[in-house]
Amino acid sequence: MSDSSSARKDDTSQPRREPPTKPSTATPSGIEVPTVVTPDMVGDIPAEMPGEYPFTRGIFADGFRGRLWTIRQYSGFGTAEESNERYRFLFDQGQTGLSVALDLPTQCGYDPVDPMARSEVGKVGVSLSNLAEAEILFDGIDLGSVSTSFTINGTASIIYAMYCAVADKQGVPREKLTGTIQNDILKEYVARGTWIFPVRPSMRLIADTILFSNAQTPRFNPISIAGAHVRDAGSTAVEEMGYTLANGLAYIDELIRRGGDVSKFAQRLSFFFYVHMDFFEEVCKFRAGRRLWAKLLNERYGVEDPKALMFRFGVVCGGSSLIGAQPYNNVVRVGIENMAAVMGGAQSIFTAAFDEAFQIPTEHSAEIAVRTQQIVAHESGIARTVDPLGGSYYVEWLTDKMEAEIMQVIEEIEEYGGVTKAVEDGWLQLKIARRAAERKRMVDSGETVVVGQNYFRRDDQDGGVAELFKLDPQATARVVEKFERVRDTRDAAAVETSLAALEAAATKDDENLMPYLVDCCHAYATVGEMVATLKRQWGEFQEPVRL
Amino acid sequence: MSLKGKRILIAKPGLDGHDVGAKVIALALRDAGADVIYTGLRRSPDYIARVAVDEDVDAVGLSILSGSHRELVEETVRCLGELDAGDIHLFVGGTIPAEDRDALRDAGARGIFTAEMTIEDVVAAIDADLGG
Repeated sequence: MSDSSSARKDDTSQPRREPPTKPSTATPSGIEVPTVVTPDMVGDIPAEMPGEYPFTRGIFADGFRGRLWTIRQYSGFGTAEESNERYRFLFDQGQTGLSVALDLPTQCGYDPVDPMARSEVGKVGVSLSNLAEAEILFDGIDLGSVSTSFTINGTASIIYAMYCAVADKQGVPREKLTGTIQNDILKEYVARGTWIFPVRPSMRLIADTILFSNAQTPRFNPISIAGAHVRDAGSTAVEEMGYTLANGLAYIDELIRRGGDVSKFAQRLSFFFYVHMDFFEEVCKFRAGRRLWAKLLNERYGVEDPKALMFRFGVVCGGSSLIGAQPYNNVVRVGIENMAAVMGGAQSIFTAAFDEAFQIPTEHSAEIAVRTQQIVAHESGIARTVDPLGGSYYVEWLTDKMEAEIMQVIEEIEEYGGVTKAVEDGWLQLKIARRAAERKRMVDSGETVVVGQNYFRRDDQDGGVAELFKLDPQATARVVEKFERVRDTRDAAAVETSLAALEAAATKDDENLMPYLVDCCHAYATVGEMVATLKRQWGEFQEPVRL
Repeated sequence: MSLKGKRILIAKPGLDGHDVGAKVIALALRDAGADVIYTGLRRSPDYIARVAVDEDVDAVGLSILSGSHRELVEETVRCLGELDAGDIHLFVGGTIPAEDRDALRDAGARGIFTAEMTIEDVVAAIDADLGG
């Protein structure tokens, strides 16, 4: 199976199977679907309008006619210079928002010269260790007119502070900044793994960023509560939505504890999900989640302002639904997922490139991913009217069914003792791992059909693509060289003063750390230095390892 | 097929936080009878080598999806060698491009596994390698 002579063959060791002749009868979440849904199974479909509570049909009365979703492709690699060039390319191709991929050292709080970082600088994203790098990354990009999304969690407060500092340097008023930081630490403990500090100080940092952002950058989303990674790690669509809403409620409780006004801060909470292949389940997941979130905020917290009840979300199409076998088929998968995202009413969409299952996309594959969205937006006609599937017996039936099951997931966590406890104990992590094992078993056994992988294979099938992406092997050296230059030429006293102020503030629970972090960034303190300073006060998360 | 009596360390070297594959394999190896130890995230090759020796394992499985497999495999082999533990078998799983596999094998990896292989095949390969 690991025979090197077959380097271009795919890795599937599946037997050839007789192709299935009938569709499956249950959704991937395990919901058994009737052969036909009849009107009596749905009951009265309420004459609900989009833009009105509880927003089943969408948060805007005019859907995409007012404004199309944002085409936002996750991108970044190597040095700030190379990534800046790729961003300009994507804008030239019609991308409408930036999405910055950061490397693991930046995400985990290590400077590029740290021994822990050594082999990972610039690999899965761009290295962004200090303000000088951010100035290069956004060179020629007007932060007053472009919205920028950062997939950043453990160091979200620091990267957000750096973004504010770059805006200051560009002369862009902070209140003009738009964009999103993911800043959702709870799911990092469960699925994505870029945690740094223990749960409680991490929750404090998140409250700090949200409260600071509401005041200073009111058009910026200081959190994107993300189910995507839990989903990609193995959970079902129902669980993805359930865990995400449960995390959202945990952040609300923390913010209220800190004195926040839920009718205000809830207006800037946003969400992020995966879209996988089961078309109607994905559409109904979004309709159900949007409705349930509005109801929870209204019924539990008494929120009435429609702007605070609106469930705004971005999505990524692709992830683990894309495979290495017959990789060009992934273009089709992403196209279908893109349509589900639009039917579900997403505000921003990232379509993964067909080669993203195994490499950083090339310019060619990245362009096809953008074109997919443009074809869906401008040729397919599906964005023409709001919630075009609304009123379909099946869609309304499945939306109701999923809403009830999502609520059960939330209640199960609440019965366990809440999200924080579930994460600290490793209970949620274990559930996801078991679910992943189950998903894998179903693919291996052929119960789940994956075209090109466990069915419809050719004996001579090719696992490769025509064009390979190669990282510049000198990128790490250049990053390190730039880092050392900044470190040796900055005002050392200013760095020391700002870090000392940060450390003192970290000991006081009710002090907002954001202004201190912005000061540190302006002084060219590094991500690693700021994280080390906070670790001294707070320690590190101790991962509960349970199998 | 039985891995009864075999001790296997599943490890996540480096900063990569994708641990689904590691956990799925760990659960499968345990189901096949092995004693499985899982390190958790973000471990240095040096740490992994020391745990491997302290726990007297027969094999170490490294899970790497961050593109840093070349460096991390070579470093782990070096650390095992320094502890006179070069006899511990090493496997690698993750996102490993085809063109990198010869280099990993040359560095000492006895099996390279990716997401598209069946669990059964992965376990069988480890079983065969450990003389099961």
